Amino acid sequence: MLLRIMLRSATVRRGRTLITLMAIAVAAAVSTALLNLYVDMQVKLHREFRSYGANVVLSAKDGASLPPDAIATLDRELAGRGAALPVSYAAVRTPAGLPVVVAGVDMARARKLNTWWSVTEWPSLPNSVLIGARAAAALSPKGDPFDLVFDGRVLHVSIAGILQTGGPEDSRVYISQTDFASWTGLQPSVMEIAVAGSPEEINGFISRLAALFPSADVQPVRQIVEAEARVFDKTRSALLASVALIVVTAFLCVLATLTSTVLDRRKDFAVMKALGASQRMANLLFAGESAFLGAAGALLGYIAGIGVASLIGRINFQAGIEPRWSVFPAILMGSIALTLLTAVIPITMLNRIQPAVILKGE
Amino acid sequence: MFFRLVYQSFYRQRRSKLLAGMAIIFGVAVATAMIAVATDIGDKMNRELRAYGPNIVVYPREETLDVEIGGVNLKPVTSGAFLKESDLPRLKGIFWGHSIKDFAPFLSFKVNPALPGTASSAPSELSVELIGTYFSKTIHYGKETIVTGVKNTYPWWKVEGAWPSDEPSADQAQPVNVLAGKQFADDHHLKSGAILRVGGRLLKLSGILSTGRAEDRAIIAPLALVQQIAHRPDAVRRLYVSALTKPEDALARRNPKTMSAVMYDRWYCSPYANSIAFQIDEALPYAHAEQIRQVAQNEGSVLSRIMGLMWLVTMAALVAAVLAVSAAMMNTLMARRREIGLMKALGATRTLVAALFFAEGATLAVVGGGVGFALGILLAQRISLRIFGSSLHVEAALLPVVLLVSFLILLLGSAFALRRAVHLDPTVVLRGDV
Repeated sequence: MLLRIMLRSATVRRGRTLITLMAIAVAAAVSTALLNLYVDMQVKLHREFRSYGANVVLSAKDGASLPPDAIATLDRELAGRGAALPVSYAAVRTPAGLPVVVAGVDMARARKLNTWWSVTEWPSLPNSVLIGARAAAALSPKGDPFDLVFDGRVLHVSIAGILQTGGPEDSRVYISQTDFASWTGLQPSVMEIAVAGSPEEINGFISRLAALFPSADVQPVRQIVEAEARVFDKTRSALLASVALIVVTAFLCVLATLTSTVLDRRKDFAVMKALGASQRMANLLFAGESAFLGAAGALLGYIAGIGVASLIGRINFQAGIEPRWSVFPAILMGSIALTLLTAVIPITMLNRIQPAVILKGE
Repeated sequence: MFFRLVYQSFYRQRRSKLLAGMAIIFGVAVATAMIAVATDIGDKMNRELRAYGPNIVVYPREETLDVEIGGVNLKPVTSGAFLKESDLPRLKGIFWGHSIKDFAPFLSFKVNPALPGTASSAPSELSVELIGTYFSKTIHYGKETIVTGVKNTYPWWKVEGAWPSDEPSADQAQPVNVLAGKQFADDHHLKSGAILRVGGRLLKLSGILSTGRAEDRAIIAPLALVQQIAHRPDAVRRLYVSALTKPEDALARRNPKTMSAVMYDRWYCSPYANSIAFQIDEALPYAHAEQIRQVAQNEGSVLSRIMGLMWLVTMAALVAAVLAVSAAMMNTLMARRREIGLMKALGATRTLVAALFFAEGATLAVVGGGVGFALGILLAQRISLRIFGSSLHVEAALLPVVLLVSFLILLLGSAFALRRAVHLDPTVVLRGDV
């Protein structure tokens, strides 16, 4: 009987039911999309900030080099959450005696880590180098091959591309790690690491690294880490404020819609009571109806909201946003609680009034 | 008669109208706040991104190569060309001078300080880099007064103790306040207040500096003092500039030398890192300015992501606002469908019903929208103050835009209700079936 009344009231007053359902669904959709976005945005933004390059530097103690398996250990430790680049440095001279710094790197890794490097062409052949713009002007203004001398050993190199960064890299010559090692016999002494995550996660990563490499120094790049924390915090607060505002708006409007719906039905309520329905029965009926609407609206809204969030992710981050199931209970509970609340307030108001007064039409 | 109908409707249904008005106020307020915040966030974030440090570097054109590894200079720096310190205020005179937020000059060379407790005559074995710069120096350019230095350009530099003054006393016997890098201080067990001797001057450590970079192993002193000790008056080796720039786009990446005159003007008058560097080149003819790509390039990408995010959220806010308004309007309609049915049965035309509804809606919209707009601006101010610690800059051009958007929201929100009111069938309503 109760179910039939609820079903009939939903189908007979289709227009009204639909509007209420719509209001709940849209509110739930907007909330779902924004909550999803808010949770996912933090991961996405942290990844975005990694375009600034290394935020942790692992360096061997003076004069020493890192253990040969360091890069394998690091890749395991990072597990796809970042990138690492081993670098070896040497101060060498040209045959004319001009000092210049040569760095040995894995070109593919350097390219992945230092996205801001402006490079005309990455070297692929042996003994071809990437030369900083200022080094190029001093060593080989015309782009001809040139010689470098390290400890009496001469290396003849050709220029593959010009590197421009506006930083100290401009005065250096970059050569592949293999060429560097066979020429100088030096192994990497510095590891530049970009790891994505919150400041706590990065600190955890640093202490793990310190335990893994007891003979080396692990330091955060404070310029990058602190600035990121600052910018990230502001973005998150701005987003949180907006999300809160919008969710409150959506829910307020649902509140307004539902309250007036229930008040609108005061005649049904009075008739029911006049026909002998108990107070509990009437309350149950109204509450059940509201809760049902709330749940249905939440479900519809959740599905739509996931779609919207994913769309936003694709537009802004070129990567979809995974649906967060953890958001669903919050949305469902919120909707049901809200609809119940909006049903209870007017019912208690109506309970105080005699059915006769309502039916008389005052 | 018409006005009496509208008036009566408001008078009799105060509660329902109040509810509708509240919904409109809230909807418009949220939309206004979000638009205001979203338009200003680019500027605010640009300032926050300056926490990444300088984005333009200036060095003498004639300069030879840097030989440094991990920030440690391997080459004595007494040779080579220099910038002139006295030319630095000219930076503020370039076209985008007001975009240049801060700058810090540097001059450094190796010294052999005598630690406290060693005999003054014994030659020191110790070799350390002495870096001269501005901490927080007051500079005059024309009528403008600027305070600039590393305190502003490197917000991650932390000092335990006090920042030294930029003006060392001319009296050679007086100790000059300087900072010691943390590593250097730890290695030699120096505390704030310790006095070192360098090149005949006494240096007193006013604080310990930690930066996480090469400065941790150096002594940082006022530029004027380092110039005196190096016998290089007015010399500056490097200049780091922190400028508010516009994210790079296709135009910014083009070579200004190959541009047409119109395009060149547009490029020159846009605050790209490249065009500001170009203008610095013009102002200091013997110098070369260049963007620091790690900072300048990424700024743009991070900024555009954050702004994109805010705009998308603003769209969501607009949807929520339309929803709020339409819910409110729908409610007023639903509550009065019998009345409308009666009006129609008594011969009211569709136009009249629509006009009546429109008049009611418009009254609500003007009052609610006005209050909502004011509330929204206030809200945006609060958000801005709370999050960024600076008040919101509301562009005058924004006002009509927000008003237009609010109007559209109200129109869109009421359209559905209006349509239903007009198409309401009196017989169905009056029989009480709906």
